Amino acid sequence: MSHNHREKLRITNLHAFYGESHILHGIDLSIMQGELVTLLGRNGSGRSTTLKAIMNMVGKRSGEIVVNGENTMSLPAYRIAHLGIGFCPEERGIFASLNVEENLMLPPQVRSDVMSLDEIYTMFPNLYERRYSQGTRLSGGEQQMLALARILRTGANILLLDEITEGLAPVIVQKLGEVLSELKQRGLTILLVEQNFRFAAPIADRHYIMEHGHIVEEIQAHELSAKSELLNTYLGV
Amino acid sequence: MATFLGINLFALFGQLLVGLINGSFYALLSLGLAIIFGLLKIINFAQGAMYMLGAFLALLGLKYLGLNYWAALIIVPLAVSVFGVLIQRFLIRPIANEDHLYSLLLTFGLALMMQGIFTHLFGSSGQSYATPDALKGGMRLPFMYLPNYRAWIIVVSILVCFSTWWMIEKTKLGVYLRAGTENPQLLQAFGINVPLIVTLTFGFGVALAGLAGVMAAPIYSVSPDMGSNILIIVFAIVVIGGMGSIGGAILTGLGMGLVEGLTKYFYPEASATIIFLVMVIVLMLKPAGLFGKTA
Repeated sequence: MSHNHREKLRITNLHAFYGESHILHGIDLSIMQGELVTLLGRNGSGRSTTLKAIMNMVGKRSGEIVVNGENTMSLPAYRIAHLGIGFCPEERGIFASLNVEENLMLPPQVRSDVMSLDEIYTMFPNLYERRYSQGTRLSGGEQQMLALARILRTGANILLLDEITEGLAPVIVQKLGEVLSELKQRGLTILLVEQNFRFAAPIADRHYIMEHGHIVEEIQAHELSAKSELLNTYLGV
Repeated sequence: MATFLGINLFALFGQLLVGLINGSFYALLSLGLAIIFGLLKIINFAQGAMYMLGAFLALLGLKYLGLNYWAALIIVPLAVSVFGVLIQRFLIRPIANEDHLYSLLLTFGLALMMQGIFTHLFGSSGQSYATPDALKGGMRLPFMYLPNYRAWIIVVSILVCFSTWWMIEKTKLGVYLRAGTENPQLLQAFGINVPLIVTLTFGFGVALAGLAGVMAAPIYSVSPDMGSNILIIVFAIVVIGGMGSIGGAILTGLGMGLVEGLTKYFYPEASATIIFLVMVIVLMLKPAGLFGKTA
């Protein structure tokens, strides 16, 4: 069986359900190594569910999800991260009962070439200063840095990031943009669910537009200006 | 006779000692309940039955296998833990995604069955278990006589409770336990085998009850209903301390034992109800319990 070694993530005809409600209606997408790809769309279009479905965190799924060449549909949730995936949930998921460093060290290493604690603290100096604070005592921006740093430390090279700029001050959003660009340069593969199109546009290679649980459009970075009107109809309010 | 402000110190310290011993058992049992509740979100109604099982295994082990007290102290909690692991794995896990009420009823039914089986096999009257030779006798302290075995219970129980607290607060396993209590789904998405941790936690929680059972055998009579009797009080203690707080479960357990002891001295008529009275007052003033977090 041959598979393209540069393809890090491939989703084929993915359906997902929460209880009785059918959320994803046959998603197809593919991400190559080193790509930064966004899922754009309105609230409730199924973008977060797509990430959760990859992590096996939804009720029922069908279709195929291939990570690094391995079909993950039959894997229990706790095995999936070990294929090199780091998941950063929309609500950030900072544990209140753990301090900053315990939060940071919580996820086990999933690959050998991990980012050291020094590298992490160089990238996010605030976290070092507050390493013994309770995780949820941090500001929203610091919590987001922590949520991101936490999965970088595991060595994950496929990042699933859900709305990481939501509700953050512009200066922090800018810092996150710099971090993502640096990670991309290091060859990490990133799937980004984003509401803030102006944040995503300059750093992404491709965009998938979602609506009602379908992917309705795929737009390359260089087509953005040509297709801006189309984008507006999908994303505008 | 030693008195102070009209208080008979000899009698008072005697009652405080009894209270501290009862409190040691309350602490061990409510600690196990709190740990299990944290991860599984169910109140284990079989915790009292596991305590009873621990006492009976010690008794039967001595009688039929020549298993002495010291060996029982290690082997019985392990056996109870294995039993608990099997129950969690094959009875509780399959219904874990249903309403927690189902698991709660399951453990309740299990407790009734265990009590029924032991009553059928051994009758409902209590049996005695001899105090181990090394712990016979006692020490004469200024205001009281302290039997060695009772001192041993207090020391072991405090040590076990403190080690458990330390393990949860200071070790990596404890970090997983705390994180799993808060958000098991995310912990799982980070690559940690949460179902395994849940099973082992249940095993550990019931092992504490099993240990309490072995330690109780020489001082309380070993009977099938010993578990259900103590469990009602332990539930009240858990309500007073607040569900889910590990340190709270330990401190409330010991503290309520002392409160009970004090009441036995000052107003013995109320000693059987004082804990429930405290529970009512705490519920009125602080519904989440003394150490509980208001959600």
